[in-house]
Amino acid sequence: MIEVRRLIKRFGLKTVLRGLDFRVERGEFVALLGPNGAGKTTFLRILASLSRPSLGEVRIAGFRLPGQAAAVRRRLGVVSHLPLLYGDLTAEENLRFYGRMYSVPDLDGRVTEVLEMVGLASRRRDLVRTFSRGMQQRLAIGRAVLHDPDVMLFDEPHTGLDQDASAMLDTVLSEVAARGRTVVMTSHDLARAADLASRFDILSRGVIAASVQRADIAANDLLAFYRQATQEAWSVKREP
Amino acid sequence: MKRESALMTRDTQNTVRNPLLSFLRALSAVVWKDLSAEMRSRELLSAMLVFALLVILIFNFALDLDPKTRQESTITAGVLWVIFTFAGTLGLNRSMAVEKDRGCIDGLLLAPVDRSAIYFGKTIANLVFMLIVEIIVLPIYSLLYNVNLFQPGLLLVTLLGSVGYVAVGTLLATMAVQARTRDVLLPILLFPVVLPIVLGAVKASGGFLDGIEMAEIRPWLNLLVVYDIIFIAIAFMVFDFVVEE
Repeated sequence: MIEVRRLIKRFGLKTVLRGLDFRVERGEFVALLGPNGAGKTTFLRILASLSRPSLGEVRIAGFRLPGQAAAVRRRLGVVSHLPLLYGDLTAEENLRFYGRMYSVPDLDGRVTEVLEMVGLASRRRDLVRTFSRGMQQRLAIGRAVLHDPDVMLFDEPHTGLDQDASAMLDTVLSEVAARGRTVVMTSHDLARAADLASRFDILSRGVIAASVQRADIAANDLLAFYRQATQEAWSVKREP
Repeated sequence: MKRESALMTRDTQNTVRNPLLSFLRALSAVVWKDLSAEMRSRELLSAMLVFALLVILIFNFALDLDPKTRQESTITAGVLWVIFTFAGTLGLNRSMAVEKDRGCIDGLLLAPVDRSAIYFGKTIANLVFMLIVEIIVLPIYSLLYNVNLFQPGLLLVTLLGSVGYVAVGTLLATMAVQARTRDVLLPILLFPVVLPIVLGAVKASGGFLDGIEMAEIRPWLNLLVVYDIIFIAIAFMVFDFVVEE
């Protein structure tokens, strides 16, 4: 479903992604873990067609980026730590706006369905700026699944959420994944990732330093695996 | 049960899409969104209006003109376009800041539509805001300076000038919003580029106020039309590159 080969991304003289290879099969839930500055958000922005690769090949659902970006976007749902919602519109108006942008059929019915899915049906006519951070993030997920995408990208969706809001978000994330969608989620929270993902990829120094299936590792060993992978990436970088 | 059905795969990809219809739907959605949000908050319009009215008053006192001089066409046309351009910059900055603050610009760019639909949607909304301010400013200016500004020719110049100003302003505001110094950056980028539009608008406005022959005003009107077309065409071509990293 997602295929990335020798991806390089440079910002001026700084190289953030250094020949990254990445592959995700349909229905997989991949947690992309890594330290700050590893290039997780840059990588996700390239997958989301918000940023152009400097070199390398990116394909999603068979469509190449950036050449076939519109076809890719139609199949993508993106949730970041920012809600991408308008504070001066109501929850319903936000979804209706994005529904029109995606040409969602039967928009009224779909908006109602999605609001019920994220537990905000009773607040549909309230302005988004009156929502708590957790409610905004749930609505952001509603916005992202509104057009029923095949691939979901989550960029640190738990940032700024309290325990209850994070737990509720996990429930929604699990439901999204349970419906066969392909999910890639960046996170710093290893415990949360361990509960949700079917595979863990460690991104460090601009490459995938290690990858392991959920079935092949105990949740308790994930931290050690993560540390080893990031340290190895550093030592490889330091070698002459 | 409804929760589950909301997550079920539906065949939206197979929906037959007419590109033009999709373009117009996205364009109208962006216009509707901007107007609806502004109707609620009134942040942008109130800032532009208060600023415009303050500039009228400041010029009124600062120039300390005698009644005859203040009715001169060069003064009127110059002051009017200073008000429109400065108030317009305020509106353009705010319009794009709203998109940037909550990451909404990414939300727009993620939509599977031609990105020029987003540009034209934002431009039309900004033009509406600017025209609303002008509709309010013109009668107030007429009263304070005792000048009749309600002439069809002058209104046409105001419209043409505003179209060109907003067309290039929306593009440059999209570029400037990526920078930390966006408030300062936009006027620095915009004013040199928009100079031909302002020059044409001031000259044509002065011509209509003086009641000179249409043949003498026409070159300035032509200049406005040509620059409107050029700015819109350039923005249409480069918007996709401006918004992408």
